[in-house]
Amino acid sequence: MSTATATAASTAVLKTEARLFRREPASLFWVMAFPTILLVILGSIPSFRHTDASLGGIRLVDAYVPVTVLMAMILAGLQAMPPVITGYRERGILRRMSTTPVRPHALLGAQMGLHGAAALLSALLSLAVGRIAFDVVLPRQVFGYLLALVLAILAALALGALVAAIARTGKIASAIGSAVFFPMMFCAGVWVPVQAMPDTLAHIVELTPFGAAAQALNQAAAGDWPGWVHLGVLALWAVVLSGAATRWFRWE
Amino acid sequence: MAIIEVSGVRKVYGGRAVVDGVSFAVEQGEIFGILGPNGAGKTTTVECVEGLRIPDAGSVRVAGFDPVADHDRVSKILGAQLQESELQAKLTVREALTLYAAFYPHPADWRPLAERLGLTAHLDARSGKLSGGQKQRLFIALALIGNPKVVVLDELTTGLDPRARRDTWKLIEDVRDSGVTVLLVTHFMEEAQRLCDRIAVIDGGRIAALDTPAGLIRRASGATVISFSPSAPLDECELRALPALASVEYKDDRVTLSGTDDTVNAVITLLAQRHITAHQLRVTDATLDDAFLDLTGADAS
Repeated sequence: MSTATATAASTAVLKTEARLFRREPASLFWVMAFPTILLVILGSIPSFRHTDASLGGIRLVDAYVPVTVLMAMILAGLQAMPPVITGYRERGILRRMSTTPVRPHALLGAQMGLHGAAALLSALLSLAVGRIAFDVVLPRQVFGYLLALVLAILAALALGALVAAIARTGKIASAIGSAVFFPMMFCAGVWVPVQAMPDTLAHIVELTPFGAAAQALNQAAAGDWPGWVHLGVLALWAVVLSGAATRWFRWE
Repeated sequence: MAIIEVSGVRKVYGGRAVVDGVSFAVEQGEIFGILGPNGAGKTTTVECVEGLRIPDAGSVRVAGFDPVADHDRVSKILGAQLQESELQAKLTVREALTLYAAFYPHPADWRPLAERLGLTAHLDARSGKLSGGQKQRLFIALALIGNPKVVVLDELTTGLDPRARRDTWKLIEDVRDSGVTVLLVTHFMEEAQRLCDRIAVIDGGRIAALDTPAGLIRRASGATVISFSPSAPLDECELRALPALASVEYKDDRVTLSGTDDTVNAVITLLAQRHITAHQLRVTDATLDDAFLDLTGADAS
């Protein structure tokens, strides 16, 4: 088909999926609102606002901003997106689209783009609320922070795509998503921020996508360029997970 | 020139040939039916035409193009209504129609199309809330929205009530009259007999017969059915000896014979010779149903 029609068609798909995305209040709440709400609750506990020597002189609330940022990505990529894509396959929506001049890739691209954008917006919301409500300094190394953020979103989307690829039904996708969710949240530092973990544990966690992301975000927040090892680990995960998702994805 | 050409298509799943050397050609502007029992390979065959499956052997051409290799060209001129294919549950009818219209270079105006399919009152309804019949009509609208030259309709009227079914048949005839070629998969004999110009009967992955509906009925043994209540018992041997007889059945005091016109003449002569009166004598043509059972019976038993 001509490029103009193809672009118009892909835009139409994206617009439609964006409209449908807005009709999912549960997804919107968990991805866009919940991480910030959690930050507000934790930040309201007085002890979270005292400087803590074990965290290298920052407060717990400071350490929890990157955690809530990562939580938004994990919720978007792993919890919200896979059941949608698996459902599209299960219910023949991808198949129907395969018979039109638009390839179903447009639908997957739109879903990944929307969930990625939602995670990014949620991250910015966490940063803004942290700054305004709890005086959490904004990241000092902005470009390093954004780079780490984008790589982390790509890794989260790739992980979600892999779950969607291997899960046969929407229910299985939700189940796998939940099973992977808790370890990922642990690595991101929801229970204990990565800086506060014992060294050996921290070194293991840094090899996971969200452990590496947590460290990279912390470094950039403190004003340093994030370690290339962390960025490299993130990029490697994104590449390997997308490769696996592409390898195993079935259109029907 | 044939607009759809299927030659020697074979598709194997798990070592079993689901489609085993199917060939047919659909002429432009006709309604071509594919009829067959469940699991005969009907859907797999049309999925090869739609480009959803790649045949293991043989070839498919739609307007001269390969549906897989020339997907871009074929998808613009072929509209498909698939079996078991939904839409996003929260997408409204209007959104679905405008979205799918945006996929094609020269789409039909969706408003008159929605009107014709009785969807105008449901434009703001979400697809997940539609009844089975409304959904089916929406899917037909989506198959037609790109102004296709060919539409493939798989189990078109499944889930429709008798009135909606008749309305849909009328619509399909209108579509054909506007010059669109229709490939129709069905297992409703009445639908095939009413709509199709020609029918391919598929059984066990092969074409068992290909003819007009009338031709299929004529071709089947027992195309004419004679039934009556004789005033006195008939001699079984004499009945069995009737020319071109396909079957004899007794139910209560009624005798039902199937055969051809020759059988009819012979049985009337026989009755006259034996001075037997035939009460409530009925001579009817067999239906496509009978022809279908006859054509696909060998494998079923």
